[in-house]
Amino acid sequence: MSILQARELDIGYGATRIVQGLSFAPPAGKVTALIGPNGCGKSTLLKAFARILKPTQGELTLDGQAYASLSARQLARHIAFLPQVLPVPEGVSVRQLVAYGRSPHNSLWGRLSGSDQAHVSQAMQRLELDVLADRALADLSGGQRQRAWLAMVLAQNAPVVLLDEPTTYLDISHQVELLDLMGELAAEGKTVITVLHDINQACRYADHLAVMHGGKLVADGTPAEVVSAELMRRVFEVQVQVMQEPVAGTPMCLVEKSTRAKA
Amino acid sequence: MIRPRLRLWLLLGLLLLATLVSLSAGTLWLTPQTVFERLLAHDVLDFEVWNHRLPRSLIAILAGAAFGLAGAIVQGVIRNPLASPEILGVTQGAGLALTVAIISWPHLPITWLPLVACLGGAGGALLLALYNTGVSFSGVRFALSGVAIAVTLSSVTEFLILSHPLDINTALLALTGSLWSRNWHHVAMVLPFLVLIPVGLCLTKPLNLIALGDEAAHSLGTALSRTRWSAMACAVLLTSLGVGVIGPIGFIGLVAPHMARRLVGGHHQYLLPAAMLIGALLLVLADTLGRTLIAPSEIPAGVLTAVIGAPYFLWLLARFRG
Repeated sequence: MSILQARELDIGYGATRIVQGLSFAPPAGKVTALIGPNGCGKSTLLKAFARILKPTQGELTLDGQAYASLSARQLARHIAFLPQVLPVPEGVSVRQLVAYGRSPHNSLWGRLSGSDQAHVSQAMQRLELDVLADRALADLSGGQRQRAWLAMVLAQNAPVVLLDEPTTYLDISHQVELLDLMGELAAEGKTVITVLHDINQACRYADHLAVMHGGKLVADGTPAEVVSAELMRRVFEVQVQVMQEPVAGTPMCLVEKSTRAKA
Repeated sequence: MIRPRLRLWLLLGLLLLATLVSLSAGTLWLTPQTVFERLLAHDVLDFEVWNHRLPRSLIAILAGAAFGLAGAIVQGVIRNPLASPEILGVTQGAGLALTVAIISWPHLPITWLPLVACLGGAGGALLLALYNTGVSFSGVRFALSGVAIAVTLSSVTEFLILSHPLDINTALLALTGSLWSRNWHHVAMVLPFLVLIPVGLCLTKPLNLIALGDEAAHSLGTALSRTRWSAMACAVLLTSLGVGVIGPIGFIGLVAPHMARRLVGGHHQYLLPAAMLIGALLLVLADTLGRTLIAPSEIPAGVLTAVIGAPYFLWLLARFRG
């Protein structure tokens, strides 16, 4: 089990600071959803956890070790990251893409050992990609491609999995499968952190919510502890009724109206 | 899905066939049987095969492979099918450096030329890098500014050659992009390729990952800036060394990787070898055609590659939306 910790982070591009003074330790072995309005810094925080962005202030640690002391390869063995925007590499098959997930573990030449092969075929089975294995990524639909990338992240088999809006291109049944998959990964002991837009999905499927607003962490806890009509009005500028979701018993927000001041 | 391994073997077969044709063809046509007999004889007095055509073909194979590999590396690292050493000013920078060196020090031994070419090639790449820093990266801007730098450098070269007519013979010999009168001494000069090419092939894995975008490549353990620098350095050396021995040969670094991508896909374990084989094949063919079409005169190989390559580049540019 790997433990991530952020202390007093400032993150920004140039002069603009997007995240300010943020301290956060996502619970290990759980699914944490980062939620917040557009531009609140949730993707930025996720990228800092993936070390794609370097904080201007503060410190990030993995199992107590500072990020700066870890090589790219060491970090990749512990942290997998699925970007929000996924390019379509030309002339690459699904099986090849999934096998690239083994890169932090295999040799200079990228040759796959027996255990690498096992991880690859397991990941492809889990996302039902066997029939697509030899198809070129460019020939697939957006949703199929998204699943291929997810399989790549699974093949990486890192104890921490970061997903940036992974449900975007999926239809509802594949969304549910993905959200269930996150739960399975957490049950296997992995720490999953994901940016989600749908607050009700986040409440239903995440163990832990981290709510961001204006670059700061404003609430942090289980969905039942965190979600309230007052929080929704303050952070998302919507007036909601918070009810109990009839299937899982988690909080559910029913929107009444927007409270955003019109410009 | 295509079967890349089979296609690599086919390409190798084609290259061997083209080499055999190249050894047979010329002012004096030989049967393949005679070629084999002469190859086995190692006769120092054999002016067709052993002293002339064989070293030429070996240089064409190695230099063509190096140009193809350099192009595939550059296209991979910049993620742009329009990029290639001759579009980035590397080839022309090397050519200009050679011209200046030959004009300023007419007695410079030819073994120095590859080093001079490497400095010039690096200079050309640096110029392009400087022009493209401080703005957000755009594939089209990069390719077009590269073409502008390449054309500027080669026009300075032309000016120098035309305004220094006394040295024209030596300069033309080095600068037309031709394998004419290359011999075993020149083969020794391309031997560094036997180290550089394996080094280039070590980039397969990071290039595969860079194709997935910077964020994914980083998260899969690629040290991005280190990879970029070493890849560009490798491509500059591969190209410049080739230019130092046979002069600037255009378009192989652009066309070969592009054709390779269509044949074997984007997985660099196949793409890099395929680009090398196609580069070697193109240069062997260009050289063979060049010395048989109007024998006993010769058309420089660089002229023939440009005749094929320039329209190909225009076609690519028209198709490319970046």
